Amino acid sequence: MRKSAIRVFAVAAGLLSGSLPLFAHHGTAVLDTSKTLTMKGTVTEWDWSNPHCLLQFDIKNEGGQVVHWIAETQNPAEMVSLGWGKASFKPGDEVTVTLMPVKNGHPYGRIKLVVLPDGKTLVTIKEGLTPKAPGESSGGSKSDDYPKQ
Amino acid sequence: MRNRYMASVIVMVAAVIFSAPAFAQNDRPQHPGASKVQKATAAPAPRHDISGTWEPAKGPGDGIQAYGVSAMPNDGKPEHQLPYTPYGLETYKSHKPLIGSNEVLPTLYNDPRDTCEPLGFPRANFYNLRETQIMQDQYKVAILYEYGEAWRVIWTDGRELPKLVEGGVLVGKEIREPRFYGYSVGKWVDDDTLVVQTVGMMPEDKVWLDGTGRPISDEVRVEERFHRVNHDRMELTVTIDDPKMYTKPWLAMNKFAFRLQDPHKDVTEMYCSPSEMEKYNKLFGNPASEDANKPHGQ
Repeated sequence: MRKSAIRVFAVAAGLLSGSLPLFAHHGTAVLDTSKTLTMKGTVTEWDWSNPHCLLQFDIKNEGGQVVHWIAETQNPAEMVSLGWGKASFKPGDEVTVTLMPVKNGHPYGRIKLVVLPDGKTLVTIKEGLTPKAPGESSGGSKSDDYPKQ
Repeated sequence: MRNRYMASVIVMVAAVIFSAPAFAQNDRPQHPGASKVQKATAAPAPRHDISGTWEPAKGPGDGIQAYGVSAMPNDGKPEHQLPYTPYGLETYKSHKPLIGSNEVLPTLYNDPRDTCEPLGFPRANFYNLRETQIMQDQYKVAILYEYGEAWRVIWTDGRELPKLVEGGVLVGKEIREPRFYGYSVGKWVDDDTLVVQTVGMMPEDKVWLDGTGRPISDEVRVEERFHRVNHDRMELTVTIDDPKMYTKPWLAMNKFAFRLQDPHKDVTEMYCSPSEMEKYNKLFGNPASEDANKPHGQ
């Protein structure tokens, strides 16, 4: 079961890495771009502000302890284009968040997608709306195309 | 349990892969007149008119230019190295950008943008160039940039371009101060092309050329060519001539394409707020950067 889960995540991560978002305000220096995590949590705060919106949520780890995560999206103008809004989340919402974690192992990351309680999926990546690295084709790119850390 | 788990992951991945068409239907609300604008087939450009709401033709993301000026991205490739003067290179190396090939951690930047200083010109063309509203009358053209809620005026009333002098520019007999968005004069060189010259910008301790830390000085002269290809499409070409920073003029933007938007489109606000920036750094930027350059667990 565990190996299967890892394999599925690896496939998911591989597919998602083909559309790794570049953000306008800062790059990927803090992020572990080789990892993608998916977790279920409860929203505690949705901060609709510049330079990046922040989603705060609590998850329970394997030991049953609550871990507080903070994950960023892009800026509000960008997120409006992607179908997000100030009212996308409210405290108490049960969500499934897929994100790229930071390198230092702390509970922070950059959101790739969020599945809402009603099953709707919000993404931070969309062709034509998300900036690309130079030379990246419209069909996505390999993670090697991105700047080295 | 296992099947359900795997199925949920596959559904999420599929959602990302196929999200573009789904979200295309959920884009910003369009006025009924929008379809007429979008579907018009290459009607001729109106004479001497670049007014309208314009968006990068490949989508707003194309104007972000996260790797610097679009014609010369800061990606480390030899063909994209700029012709720096020794002072230009020294100035570039003193900059700590958050994006580009020399990006630093969010705690280490010194980009004036991140303290909410005005982007200035020409950086307004080279960073987050998104929905761009252009209004004009017989005397001038005004450009309203989405990022930073900034605007500038290009005079088309026949006046001469101010002359660069020590301490600013000479306008008539008066020395005027350097400005973030400079002093611009435009001339129509044919029915569809407005050529704009701009001088009198802020010195290098106030502004950058782009988000990757390339420098610009108060001696720069910028040429923009706005070419309206047809009714719905416009191209912008920008040349940088800054003898203090670069040994020769170079092309920073080459026929960057815009598409005309619905005139009723309400452009989203996009600003830099010092209090929001402080909160972001406190909640995310600083803790996320902590020990980021050390291998995990050390």
